[in-house]
Amino acid sequence: MTQVTTPAGAAGTAGDGVMVRAEQVHKSFGSVEVLKGIDLEVRSGEVCCLLGPSGSGKSTFLRCINHLEKINAGRIRVDGELIGYRERGGKLHEMREKEIATQRRAIGMVFQRFNLFPHMTALQNVAEAPVLSGRERKAAARDRAAALLQRVGLGDKLGNYPGQLSGGQQQRVAIARALAMQPKLMLFDEPTSALDPELVGEVLDVMKDLARDGMTMIVVTHEIGFAREVGDSLIFMDDGVVVESGAPREVIANPRHDRTKAFLAKVL
Amino acid sequence: MSSETDTTERARPEPIQAVPVRHPGRWVAVAVIGVLVAMFVHLLVTNKAFNWAFMVDEMFRPPIMEGLRGTLALTVLAMVIGVSLGVVVAIMRLSENPILRGVSWAYTWFFRAVPRLVLAILFGNLGILWARIEFGLPFDRQIGALFGVNDFEARLFGFSALEILTGFVAGMLALGLSEAAYMAEIVRAGIQSVDEGQTEAAQALGLSRTQILRRIVLPQAMRVIIPPTGNETIAMLKDTSLVAFVPVSTELFFQLKAVGNRTFQVFPMYVAACLWYLLLTSVLLVGQYYLERHFSKGFGKSAQAKIRLRGITAEAGGSASEAGR
Repeated sequence: MTQVTTPAGAAGTAGDGVMVRAEQVHKSFGSVEVLKGIDLEVRSGEVCCLLGPSGSGKSTFLRCINHLEKINAGRIRVDGELIGYRERGGKLHEMREKEIATQRRAIGMVFQRFNLFPHMTALQNVAEAPVLSGRERKAAARDRAAALLQRVGLGDKLGNYPGQLSGGQQQRVAIARALAMQPKLMLFDEPTSALDPELVGEVLDVMKDLARDGMTMIVVTHEIGFAREVGDSLIFMDDGVVVESGAPREVIANPRHDRTKAFLAKVL
Repeated sequence: MSSETDTTERARPEPIQAVPVRHPGRWVAVAVIGVLVAMFVHLLVTNKAFNWAFMVDEMFRPPIMEGLRGTLALTVLAMVIGVSLGVVVAIMRLSENPILRGVSWAYTWFFRAVPRLVLAILFGNLGILWARIEFGLPFDRQIGALFGVNDFEARLFGFSALEILTGFVAGMLALGLSEAAYMAEIVRAGIQSVDEGQTEAAQALGLSRTQILRRIVLPQAMRVIIPPTGNETIAMLKDTSLVAFVPVSTELFFQLKAVGNRTFQVFPMYVAACLWYLLLTSVLLVGQYYLERHFSKGFGKSAQAKIRLRGITAEAGGSASEAGR
Protein backbone atom coordinates (compact mmCIF):
# COMPACT_ATOMS: atom_id res chain seq x y z
CA MET A 1 0.00 0.00 0.00
CA THR A 2 2.85 2.34 0.67
CA GLN A 3 4.77 3.13 -2.43
CA VAL A 4 8.35 4.05 -2.02
CA THR A 5 8.59 5.35 -5.55
CA THR A 6 6.41 8.28 -6.34
CA PRO A 7 6.63 10.31 -9.52
CA ALA A 8 8.38 13.51 -8.53
CA GLY A 9 6.20 16.58 -8.64
CA ALA A 10 2.94 14.69 -8.59
CA ALA A 11 0.69 16.56 -6.22
CA GLY A 12 -1.49 14.46 -4.01
CA THR A 13 -4.99 15.81 -3.88
CA ALA A 14 -7.66 15.26 -1.37
CA GLY A 15 -9.51 13.18 -3.91
CA ASP A 16 -6.94 10.47 -4.53
CA GLY A 17 -7.07 9.10 -1.00
CA VAL A 18 -3.49 9.99 -0.16
CA MET A 19 -3.18 11.71 3.20
CA VAL A 20 0.56 12.21 3.40
CA ARG A 21 2.94 12.34 0.47
CA ALA A 22 6.60 13.00 1.04
CA GLU A 23 8.94 13.44 -1.89
CA GLN A 24 12.69 13.42 -1.55
CA VAL A 25 12.66 15.02 1.90
CA HIS A 26 16.09 16.18 3.03
CA LYS A 27 16.88 17.66 6.42
CA SER A 28 20.18 18.69 7.93
CA PHE A 29 21.11 19.98 11.35
CA GLY A 30 24.19 22.06 10.64
CA SER A 31 26.52 19.84 8.66
CA VAL A 32 24.82 16.61 9.72
CA GLU A 33 22.34 15.31 7.20
CA VAL A 34 19.61 13.52 9.13
CA LEU A 35 17.18 12.81 6.30
CA LYS A 36 18.64 11.89 2.95
CA GLY A 37 15.73 11.83 0.61
CA ILE A 38 12.65 10.25 2.14
CA ASP A 39 9.80 9.24 -0.15
CA LEU A 40 6.63 7.89 1.27
CA GLU A 41 2.92 7.84 0.87
CA VAL A 42 0.29 7.22 3.50
CA ARG A 43 -3.27 6.71 2.35
CA SER A 44 -6.32 7.93 4.20
CA GLY A 45 -7.30 5.65 7.08
CA GLU A 46 -3.99 3.85 6.98
CA VAL A 47 -1.74 3.16 9.97
CA CYS A 48 1.88 3.56 8.97
CA CYS A 49 4.57 2.41 11.40
CA LEU A 50 8.06 3.87 11.25
CA LEU A 51 10.73 1.57 12.61
CA GLY A 52 14.44 1.97 12.89
CA PRO A 53 17.41 2.30 15.21
CA SER A 54 17.74 5.50 17.22
CA GLY A 55 19.31 8.27 15.22
CA SER A 56 17.89 6.94 11.99
CA GLY A 57 15.82 10.11 11.49
CA LYS A 58 12.33 8.72 12.07
CA SER A 59 11.40 11.24 14.75
CA THR A 60 12.86 14.08 12.74
CA PHE A 61 10.83 13.02 9.72
CA LEU A 62 7.68 12.93 11.84
CA ARG A 63 8.38 16.45 13.09
CA CYS A 64 8.84 17.63 9.53
CA ILE A 65 5.29 16.55 8.68
CA ASN A 66 3.78 19.24 10.91
CA HIS A 67 6.60 21.68 10.23
CA LEU A 68 8.10 21.58 13.70
CA GLU A 69 11.27 21.12 11.68
CA LYS A 70 11.86 22.94 8.40
CA ILE A 71 12.98 20.65 5.62
CA ASN A 72 15.91 21.64 3.41
CA ALA A 73 14.76 19.98 0.20
CA GLY A 74 11.83 18.01 -1.13
CA ARG A 75 8.11 18.39 -0.58
CA ILE A 76 5.66 17.22 2.08
CA ARG A 77 1.98 17.32 1.33
CA VAL A 78 -0.79 16.55 3.77
CA ASP A 79 -4.21 16.01 2.21
CA GLY A 80 -2.86 17.52 -0.98
CA GLU A 81 -1.66 20.69 0.68
CA LEU A 82 2.01 21.65 0.74
CA ILE A 83 3.21 21.99 4.35
CA GLY A 84 4.85 25.23 5.42
CA TYR A 85 5.15 26.72 1.95
CA ARG A 86 3.06 27.98 -0.88
CA GLU A 87 4.07 27.32 -4.45
CA ARG A 88 3.50 30.32 -6.68
CA GLY A 89 4.97 30.73 -10.14
CA GLY A 90 7.35 27.84 -9.61
CA LYS A 91 8.74 29.47 -6.48
CA LEU A 92 8.28 28.51 -2.85
CA HIS A 93 7.06 31.17 -0.46
CA GLU A 94 7.34 30.67 3.29
CA MET A 95 4.00 30.66 5.03
CA ARG A 96 3.18 33.07 7.81
CA GLU A 97 3.11 31.81 11.38
CA LYS A 98 -0.68 31.98 11.37
CA GLU A 99 -1.11 29.87 8.23
CA ILE A 100 1.27 27.25 9.57
CA ALA A 101 -0.77 27.16 12.79
CA THR A 102 -3.90 26.58 10.73
CA GLN A 103 -2.24 23.65 8.94
CA ARG A 104 -1.07 22.17 12.22
CA ARG A 105 -4.59 22.15 13.63
CA ALA A 106 -5.45 19.38 11.19
CA ILE A 107 -2.49 17.29 12.35
CA GLY A 108 -2.49 15.88 15.86
CA MET A 109 0.78 14.98 17.52
CA VAL A 110 1.63 12.83 20.52
CA PHE A 111 5.09 13.11 22.05
CA GLN A 112 7.35 10.62 23.76
CA ARG A 113 7.49 12.77 26.91
CA PHE A 114 3.73 13.59 26.84
CA ASN A 115 4.36 17.37 27.09
CA LEU A 116 1.10 17.97 28.91
CA PHE A 117 0.62 21.47 30.29
CA PRO A 118 1.45 20.94 33.99
CA HIS A 119 -0.44 24.00 35.24
CA MET A 120 -3.75 22.78 33.80
CA THR A 121 -6.00 19.90 34.78
CA ALA A 122 -6.57 17.02 32.38
CA LEU A 123 -9.83 18.62 31.26
CA GLN A 124 -8.22 22.02 30.73
CA ASN A 125 -5.38 20.41 28.78
CA VAL A 126 -7.87 18.90 26.34
CA ALA A 127 -10.26 21.87 26.14
CA GLU A 128 -7.63 24.59 25.81
CA ALA A 129 -6.75 24.48 22.12
CA PRO A 130 -10.30 24.28 20.69
CA VAL A 131 -11.25 27.35 22.74
CA LEU A 132 -8.12 29.35 21.95
CA SER A 133 -8.37 28.63 18.25
CA GLY A 134 -11.90 30.03 18.36
CA ARG A 135 -13.51 26.80 17.29
CA GLU A 136 -15.72 26.25 20.26
CA ARG A 137 -17.20 28.06 23.19
CA LYS A 138 -15.81 27.16 26.55
CA ALA A 139 -18.79 25.11 27.70
CA ALA A 140 -19.00 23.09 24.48
CA ALA A 141 -15.27 22.46 24.48
CA ARG A 142 -15.40 21.27 28.06
CA ASP A 143 -18.22 18.86 27.32
CA ARG A 144 -16.39 17.41 24.36
CA ALA A 145 -13.13 17.27 26.31
CA ALA A 146 -14.87 15.30 29.04
CA ALA A 147 -16.27 12.92 26.42
CA LEU A 148 -12.82 12.47 24.88
CA LEU A 149 -11.26 11.74 28.25
CA GLN A 150 -14.07 9.27 28.87
CA ARG A 151 -13.18 7.63 25.58
CA VAL A 152 -9.54 7.14 26.58
CA GLY A 153 -10.73 5.69 29.88
CA LEU A 154 -10.04 8.70 32.10
CA GLY A 155 -13.58 9.88 32.79
CA ASP A 156 -12.78 9.98 36.51
CA LYS A 157 -9.58 12.02 36.19
CA LEU A 158 -10.93 15.22 34.67
CA GLY A 159 -9.81 17.43 37.54
CA ASN A 160 -6.37 15.88 38.04
CA TYR A 161 -3.20 17.73 37.21
CA PRO A 162 -0.67 15.87 35.04
CA GLY A 163 1.64 15.56 38.05
CA GLN A 164 -1.03 13.45 39.74
CA LEU A 165 -1.37 10.98 36.86
CA SER A 166 0.71 7.96 35.92
CA GLY A 167 2.72 8.00 32.72
CA GLY A 168 0.17 5.89 30.89
CA GLN A 169 -2.66 8.13 32.01
CA GLN A 170 -0.73 11.22 31.00
CA GLN A 171 -0.12 9.84 27.55
CA ARG A 172 -3.81 9.04 27.16
CA VAL A 173 -4.66 12.64 28.14
CA ALA A 174 -2.14 13.76 25.51
CA ILE A 175 -3.92 11.65 22.88
CA ALA A 176 -7.28 13.13 23.91
CA ARG A 177 -5.76 16.60 23.71
CA ALA A 178 -4.62 15.98 20.15
CA LEU A 179 -8.00 14.50 19.19
CA ALA A 180 -9.80 17.56 20.54
CA MET A 181 -8.70 19.50 17.46
CA GLN A 182 -10.43 16.87 15.31
CA PRO A 183 -7.35 16.18 13.20
CA LYS A 184 -7.39 14.23 9.97
CA LEU A 185 -3.95 12.83 10.70
CA MET A 186 -2.28 11.74 13.94
CA LEU A 187 1.47 11.60 14.44
CA PHE A 188 2.84 9.47 17.30
CA ASP A 189 6.47 9.99 18.28
CA GLU A 190 7.47 6.90 20.29
CA PRO A 191 4.34 7.24 22.44
CA THR A 192 5.19 4.33 24.73
CA SER A 193 8.97 4.66 25.03
CA ALA A 194 8.86 6.66 28.27
CA LEU A 195 6.41 4.29 29.95
CA ASP A 196 6.84 1.48 32.41
CA PRO A 197 6.29 -1.85 30.65
CA GLU A 198 3.01 -2.55 32.44
CA LEU A 199 1.57 0.80 31.31
CA VAL A 200 2.37 0.39 27.61
CA GLY A 201 -0.72 -1.71 26.97
CA GLU A 202 -3.28 0.88 28.02
CA VAL A 203 -1.82 3.45 25.60
CA LEU A 204 -1.58 0.96 22.73
CA ASP A 205 -5.21 -0.04 23.34
CA VAL A 206 -6.32 3.58 22.86
CA MET A 207 -4.26 3.75 19.67
CA LYS A 208 -5.74 0.50 18.35
CA ASP A 209 -9.18 1.88 19.06
CA LEU A 210 -8.32 4.99 17.05
CA ALA A 211 -7.03 2.90 14.18
CA ARG A 212 -10.24 0.88 14.12
CA ASP A 213 -12.18 4.13 13.82
CA GLY A 214 -10.31 4.84 10.61
CA MET A 215 -7.90 7.52 11.82
CA THR A 216 -4.88 8.03 9.58
CA MET A 217 -1.85 7.50 11.79
CA ILE A 218 1.91 7.63 11.44
CA VAL A 219 3.53 5.92 14.40
CA VAL A 220 7.20 5.96 15.26
CA THR A 221 7.53 2.97 17.55
CA HIS A 222 9.62 0.14 18.84
CA GLU A 223 6.53 -1.95 19.52
CA ILE A 224 6.91 -4.63 16.86
CA GLY A 225 3.77 -6.34 18.08
CA PHE A 226 1.71 -3.19 17.55
CA ALA A 227 3.17 -2.69 14.08
CA ARG A 228 2.33 -6.26 13.12
CA GLU A 229 -1.15 -6.21 14.55
CA VAL A 230 -2.40 -2.72 13.72
CA GLY A 231 -0.08 -1.39 11.03
CA ASP A 232 -1.17 -1.31 7.40
CA SER A 233 2.31 -0.50 6.29
CA LEU A 234 5.74 -0.56 7.81
CA ILE A 235 8.69 1.63 6.91
CA PHE A 236 12.12 0.68 8.11
CA MET A 237 14.49 3.63 8.24
CA ASP A 238 18.19 3.69 8.89
CA ASP A 239 20.73 6.47 8.56
CA GLY A 240 18.25 8.91 7.04
CA VAL A 241 16.92 6.71 4.27
CA VAL A 242 14.01 4.30 3.86
CA VAL A 243 15.70 0.91 3.76
CA GLU A 244 12.65 -1.25 3.36
CA SER A 245 8.90 -0.93 3.36
CA GLY A 246 5.85 -3.05 2.86
CA ALA A 247 3.15 -4.93 4.71
CA PRO A 248 4.22 -5.22 8.37
CA ARG A 249 3.82 -9.00 8.62
CA GLU A 250 5.77 -9.47 5.44
CA VAL A 251 8.65 -7.18 6.45
CA ILE A 252 8.85 -8.53 10.00
CA ALA A 253 8.70 -12.18 8.92
CA ASN A 254 10.92 -11.92 5.84
CA PRO A 255 13.13 -8.85 5.97
CA ARG A 256 15.02 -8.54 2.71
CA HIS A 257 17.65 -6.10 3.71
CA ASP A 258 20.55 -6.90 6.01
CA ARG A 259 20.08 -3.80 8.10
CA THR A 260 16.42 -4.65 8.67
CA LYS A 261 17.39 -8.19 9.64
CA ALA A 262 20.02 -6.93 12.07
CA PHE A 263 17.60 -4.49 13.68
CA LEU A 264 14.74 -6.98 13.98
CA ALA A 265 17.09 -9.56 15.43
CA LYS A 266 17.87 -7.11 18.24
CA VAL A 267 14.33 -6.00 19.08
CA LEU A 268 12.35 -9.21 18.58
CA MET B 1 17.48 -22.11 51.41
CA SER B 2 16.40 -22.31 55.00
CA SER B 3 16.92 -18.60 55.54
CA GLU B 4 13.25 -17.83 54.98
CA THR B 5 12.06 -19.87 57.93
CA ASP B 6 14.97 -18.63 60.01
CA THR B 7 14.04 -14.99 59.67
CA THR B 8 10.44 -15.53 60.64
CA GLU B 9 11.34 -17.54 63.68
CA ARG B 10 14.09 -15.30 64.94
CA ALA B 11 13.05 -12.90 67.71
CA ARG B 12 12.78 -9.20 66.89
CA PRO B 13 15.93 -7.44 68.19
CA GLU B 14 15.49 -4.83 70.87
CA PRO B 15 15.29 -1.21 69.63
CA ILE B 16 18.54 0.73 69.48
CA GLN B 17 19.13 3.03 72.45
CA ALA B 18 22.45 4.61 71.62
CA VAL B 19 24.02 7.59 73.33
CA PRO B 20 23.53 10.54 70.94
CA VAL B 21 26.53 12.48 69.64
CA ARG B 22 27.28 15.44 71.92
CA HIS B 23 27.62 18.92 70.42
CA PRO B 24 29.72 20.92 72.88
CA GLY B 25 30.41 23.52 70.16
CA ARG B 26 26.76 24.52 70.19
CA TRP B 27 26.87 25.35 73.89
CA VAL B 28 29.94 27.48 73.38
CA ALA B 29 28.17 29.30 70.53
CA VAL B 30 25.08 29.89 72.68
CA ALA B 31 27.25 31.39 75.42
CA VAL B 32 29.10 33.70 73.01
CA ILE B 33 25.91 34.85 71.30
CA GLY B 34 24.24 35.34 74.68
CA VAL B 35 26.99 37.68 75.81
CA LEU B 36 26.89 39.63 72.54
CA VAL B 37 23.10 40.03 72.71
CA ALA B 38 23.33 41.17 76.32
CA MET B 39 25.93 43.77 75.33
CA PHE B 40 23.72 44.98 72.48
CA VAL B 41 20.61 45.27 74.68
CA HIS B 42 22.67 47.07 77.30
CA LEU B 43 23.78 49.53 74.62
CA LEU B 44 20.21 50.09 73.44
CA VAL B 45 18.94 50.74 76.96
CA THR B 46 21.73 52.77 78.49
CA ASN B 47 23.10 54.88 75.63
CA LYS B 48 21.41 58.29 75.72
CA ALA B 49 22.10 58.91 72.01
CA PHE B 50 19.20 56.63 71.09
CA ASN B 51 16.71 58.95 72.74
CA TRP B 52 13.92 56.41 72.42
CA ALA B 53 11.13 58.55 73.81
CA PHE B 54 11.85 61.27 71.26
CA MET B 55 12.09 58.75 68.42
CA VAL B 56 8.79 57.05 69.19
CA ASP B 57 7.16 60.42 69.62
CA GLU B 58 8.35 61.63 66.20
CA MET B 59 8.16 58.55 64.01
CA PHE B 60 4.34 58.47 63.71
CA ARG B 61 3.76 62.18 63.05
CA PRO B 62 1.66 63.21 60.03
CA PRO B 63 4.59 64.30 57.78
CA ILE B 64 6.27 60.94 58.40
CA MET B 65 3.04 59.10 57.64
CA GLU B 66 2.74 61.08 54.43
CA GLY B 67 6.29 60.09 53.60
CA LEU B 68 5.36 56.49 54.31
CA ARG B 69 2.43 56.71 51.89
CA GLY B 70 4.76 58.25 49.31
CA THR B 71 7.28 55.44 49.74
CA LEU B 72 4.62 52.77 49.36
CA ALA B 73 3.09 54.48 46.31
CA LEU B 74 6.52 54.87 44.76
CA THR B 75 7.33 51.20 45.39
CA VAL B 76 4.08 49.99 43.86
CA LEU B 77 4.17 52.31 40.83
CA ALA B 78 7.85 51.69 40.10
CA MET B 79 7.28 47.93 40.33
CA VAL B 80 4.23 48.12 38.07
CA ILE B 81 6.29 49.98 35.47
CA GLY B 82 9.22 47.65 36.06
CA VAL B 83 7.29 44.38 35.74
CA SER B 84 5.10 45.32 32.78
CA LEU B 85 7.91 46.95 30.83
CA GLY B 86 10.25 44.16 31.91
CA VAL B 87 7.95 41.51 30.43
CA VAL B 88 7.79 43.46 27.16
CA VAL B 89 11.57 43.89 27.04
CA ALA B 90 12.09 40.17 27.81
CA ILE B 91 9.70 39.10 25.05
CA MET B 92 11.43 41.47 22.65
CA ARG B 93 14.75 39.96 23.66
CA LEU B 94 13.51 36.45 22.82
CA SER B 95 11.80 37.54 19.61
CA GLU B 96 12.89 36.35 16.18
CA ASN B 97 12.94 39.96 15.03
CA PRO B 98 16.58 41.16 15.16
CA ILE B 99 15.54 44.81 15.51
CA LEU B 100 13.45 44.13 18.61
CA ARG B 101 16.27 42.03 20.01
CA GLY B 102 18.74 44.86 19.49
CA VAL B 103 16.51 47.51 21.05
CA SER B 104 15.90 45.28 24.04
CA TRP B 105 19.59 44.58 24.47
CA ALA B 106 20.45 48.31 24.34
CA TYR B 107 17.75 49.13 26.87
CA THR B 108 18.95 46.53 29.34
CA TRP B 109 22.54 47.55 28.80
CA PHE B 110 21.89 51.23 29.56
CA PHE B 111 19.66 50.85 32.57
CA ARG B 112 21.77 48.19 34.20
CA ALA B 113 24.98 50.12 33.65
CA VAL B 114 23.87 53.37 35.32
CA PRO B 115 23.50 53.30 39.12
CA ARG B 116 20.01 54.03 40.40
CA LEU B 117 21.14 56.96 42.49
CA VAL B 118 22.75 58.62 39.45
CA LEU B 119 19.68 57.80 37.38
CA ALA B 120 17.38 59.35 39.96
CA ILE B 121 19.37 62.59 40.11
CA LEU B 122 19.67 62.65 36.29
CA PHE B 123 15.91 62.28 35.85
CA GLY B 124 15.31 64.98 38.44
CA ASN B 125 17.36 67.33 36.29
CA LEU B 126 15.91 66.43 32.89
CA GLY B 127 14.01 69.71 33.07
CA ILE B 128 17.28 71.36 32.00
CA LEU B 129 16.94 69.74 28.55
CA TRP B 130 13.38 70.77 27.85
CA ALA B 131 11.18 73.39 29.38
CA ARG B 132 8.16 71.63 27.97
CA ILE B 133 7.64 68.08 26.81
CA GLU B 134 5.34 67.86 23.82
CA PHE B 135 4.08 65.10 21.61
CA GLY B 136 3.45 65.42 17.89
CA LEU B 137 5.31 65.17 14.59
CA PRO B 138 9.02 64.64 15.25
CA PHE B 139 11.42 67.24 13.75
CA ASP B 140 8.46 69.46 12.92
CA ARG B 141 10.49 72.70 13.00
CA GLN B 142 13.21 71.27 10.79
CA ILE B 143 10.63 69.92 8.33
CA GLY B 144 8.89 73.30 8.35
CA ALA B 145 12.20 75.04 7.65
CA LEU B 146 12.79 72.65 4.76
CA PHE B 147 9.59 73.86 3.10
CA GLY B 148 10.28 77.49 3.94
CA VAL B 149 7.79 77.75 6.79
CA ASN B 150 9.19 79.35 9.89
CA ASP B 151 8.12 78.15 13.31
CA PHE B 152 6.04 75.32 11.89
CA GLU B 153 4.70 73.29 14.79
CA ALA B 154 2.73 70.08 14.71
CA ARG B 155 2.22 69.17 18.33
CA LEU B 156 -0.73 67.45 19.84
CA PHE B 157 -0.26 68.05 23.51
CA GLY B 158 2.43 68.83 26.00
CA PHE B 159 3.19 69.70 29.57
CA SER B 160 5.74 71.63 31.49
CA ALA B 161 8.76 69.45 32.15
CA LEU B 162 9.67 71.48 35.19
CA GLU B 163 6.35 70.71 36.78
CA ILE B 164 6.08 67.08 35.80
CA LEU B 165 9.62 65.77 35.78
CA THR B 166 10.71 67.06 39.13
CA GLY B 167 10.08 65.15 42.25
CA PHE B 168 7.77 62.20 42.37
CA VAL B 169 7.38 61.44 38.65
CA ALA B 170 11.10 61.73 38.00
CA GLY B 171 11.82 59.39 40.88
CA MET B 172 9.14 56.96 39.77
CA LEU B 173 10.45 56.89 36.20
CA ALA B 174 14.05 56.48 37.28
CA LEU B 175 13.24 53.57 39.57
CA GLY B 176 10.65 51.99 37.23
CA LEU B 177 12.76 52.15 34.07
CA SER B 178 15.80 50.81 35.84
CA GLU B 179 13.73 48.05 37.43
CA ALA B 180 12.39 47.05 34.01
CA ALA B 181 15.92 46.20 32.90
CA TYR B 182 16.41 43.84 35.83
CA MET B 183 12.91 42.39 35.52
CA ALA B 184 13.54 41.73 31.84
CA GLU B 185 16.45 39.48 32.75
CA ILE B 186 14.36 37.69 35.37
CA VAL B 187 11.43 37.17 33.01
CA ARG B 188 13.75 35.99 30.26
CA ALA B 189 15.30 33.41 32.57
CA GLY B 190 11.78 32.34 33.59
CA ILE B 191 10.60 31.91 30.02
CA GLN B 192 13.72 29.99 29.11
CA SER B 193 13.25 27.69 32.09
CA VAL B 194 10.03 26.31 30.60
CA ASP B 195 10.60 23.02 28.81
CA GLU B 196 10.89 23.34 25.04
CA GLY B 197 8.40 20.48 24.73
CA GLN B 198 5.65 22.74 26.07
CA THR B 199 6.01 25.15 23.18
CA GLU B 200 6.24 22.27 20.71
CA ALA B 201 3.09 20.64 22.03
CA ALA B 202 1.24 23.94 21.83
CA GLN B 203 2.56 24.57 18.31
CA ALA B 204 1.45 21.13 17.24
CA LEU B 205 -2.04 22.03 18.46
CA GLY B 206 -1.99 25.02 16.14
CA LEU B 207 -1.78 27.78 18.75
CA SER B 208 -0.26 31.10 17.78
CA ARG B 209 2.97 32.48 19.20
CA THR B 210 1.11 34.97 21.42
CA GLN B 211 -1.33 32.36 22.67
CA ILE B 212 1.50 30.00 23.54
CA LEU B 213 3.30 32.71 25.44
CA ARG B 214 0.23 33.94 27.29
CA ARG B 215 -1.48 30.66 28.11
CA ILE B 216 1.27 28.06 28.22
CA VAL B 217 4.73 29.52 28.74
CA LEU B 218 4.23 32.60 30.96
CA PRO B 219 2.02 30.87 33.56
CA GLN B 220 4.70 28.22 33.97
CA ALA B 221 7.48 30.78 33.93
CA MET B 222 5.72 32.61 36.78
CA ARG B 223 6.87 29.93 39.19
CA VAL B 224 10.45 30.87 38.40
CA ILE B 225 9.77 34.60 38.06
CA ILE B 226 7.84 35.22 41.30
CA PRO B 227 10.52 34.56 43.96
CA PRO B 228 13.12 36.93 42.46
CA THR B 229 10.36 39.47 41.79
CA GLY B 230 9.53 39.41 45.49
CA ASN B 231 13.18 40.12 46.21
CA GLU B 232 13.13 42.92 43.65
CA THR B 233 10.07 44.45 45.32
CA ILE B 234 11.78 44.40 48.69
CA ALA B 235 14.91 45.92 47.15
CA MET B 236 12.72 48.53 45.46
CA LEU B 237 11.08 49.46 48.75
CA LYS B 238 14.53 50.20 50.11
CA ASP B 239 15.75 51.92 46.95
CA THR B 240 12.91 54.43 47.15
CA SER B 241 15.09 56.13 49.74
CA LEU B 242 17.37 57.13 46.84
CA VAL B 243 14.78 59.53 45.46
CA ALA B 244 15.42 61.74 48.49
CA PHE B 245 18.22 63.03 46.24
CA VAL B 246 15.97 63.89 43.27
CA PRO B 247 14.67 65.44 45.52
CA VAL B 248 11.32 63.97 46.42
CA SER B 249 9.92 65.22 49.70
CA THR B 250 6.92 62.89 50.04
CA GLU B 251 9.13 59.94 50.89
CA LEU B 252 9.82 58.21 54.18
CA PHE B 253 13.57 58.62 54.45
CA PHE B 254 13.47 62.28 53.37
CA GLN B 255 10.91 63.05 56.05
CA LEU B 256 12.74 61.20 58.80
CA LYS B 257 15.99 62.91 57.85
CA ALA B 258 14.22 66.28 57.82
CA VAL B 259 13.03 65.77 61.38
CA GLY B 260 16.55 64.77 62.39
CA ASN B 261 18.10 67.82 60.76
CA ARG B 262 15.53 70.18 62.25
CA THR B 263 15.82 68.88 65.82
CA PHE B 264 19.53 67.96 65.72
CA GLN B 265 18.48 64.48 66.82
CA VAL B 266 19.86 62.82 63.66
CA PHE B 267 20.73 59.41 65.04
CA PRO B 268 17.34 58.48 66.55
CA MET B 269 15.67 59.27 63.25
CA TYR B 270 18.09 56.99 61.37
CA VAL B 271 17.16 54.26 63.83
CA ALA B 272 13.51 55.07 63.16
CA ALA B 273 14.22 54.62 59.44
CA CYS B 274 15.71 51.19 60.16
CA LEU B 275 12.63 50.17 62.13
CA TRP B 276 10.22 51.41 59.46
CA TYR B 277 12.02 49.59 56.66
CA LEU B 278 12.27 46.45 58.79
CA LEU B 279 8.52 46.51 59.37
CA LEU B 280 7.58 47.16 55.73
CA THR B 281 9.95 44.50 54.44
CA SER B 282 8.56 41.94 56.86
CA VAL B 283 5.04 42.61 55.58
CA LEU B 284 6.25 42.11 52.01
CA LEU B 285 7.92 38.83 52.95
CA VAL B 286 4.57 37.47 54.14
CA GLY B 287 2.93 38.55 50.86
CA GLN B 288 5.68 36.88 48.89
CA TYR B 289 5.06 33.61 50.67
CA TYR B 290 1.40 33.52 49.64
CA LEU B 291 2.14 34.56 46.05
CA GLU B 292 4.67 31.78 45.62
CA ARG B 293 2.20 29.28 47.00
CA HIS B 294 -0.45 30.40 44.51
CA PHE B 295 1.79 30.08 41.49
CA SER B 296 3.05 26.62 42.29
CA LYS B 297 -0.41 25.31 41.33
CA GLY B 298 -0.11 21.86 39.83
CA PHE B 299 3.39 21.83 41.23
CA GLY B 300 2.43 21.14 44.84
CA LYS B 301 5.45 20.25 46.87
CA SER B 302 4.86 16.53 46.54
CA ALA B 303 3.85 16.77 42.89
CA GLN B 304 6.96 18.79 42.23
CA ALA B 305 9.14 16.21 43.91
CA LYS B 306 7.43 13.50 41.89
CA ILE B 307 7.99 15.34 38.64
CA ARG B 308 11.63 15.76 39.53
CA LEU B 309 11.83 12.08 40.38
CA ARG B 310 10.24 11.17 37.08
CA GLY B 311 12.82 13.28 35.27
CA ILE B 312 15.65 11.54 37.06
CA THR B 313 14.40 8.03 36.45
CA ALA B 314 13.51 8.78 32.84
CA GLU B 315 17.07 9.91 32.30
CA ALA B 316 18.25 6.73 33.91
CA GLY B 317 16.49 4.85 31.13
CA GLY B 318 13.34 3.81 32.93
CA SER B 319 10.31 5.80 33.93
CA ALA B 320 8.75 6.55 37.25
CA SER B 321 5.15 6.51 36.26
CA GLU B 322 4.51 4.91 39.62
CA ALA B 323 5.75 8.06 41.24
CA GLY B 324 2.99 9.97 39.52
CA ARG B 325 0.30 7.97 41.21
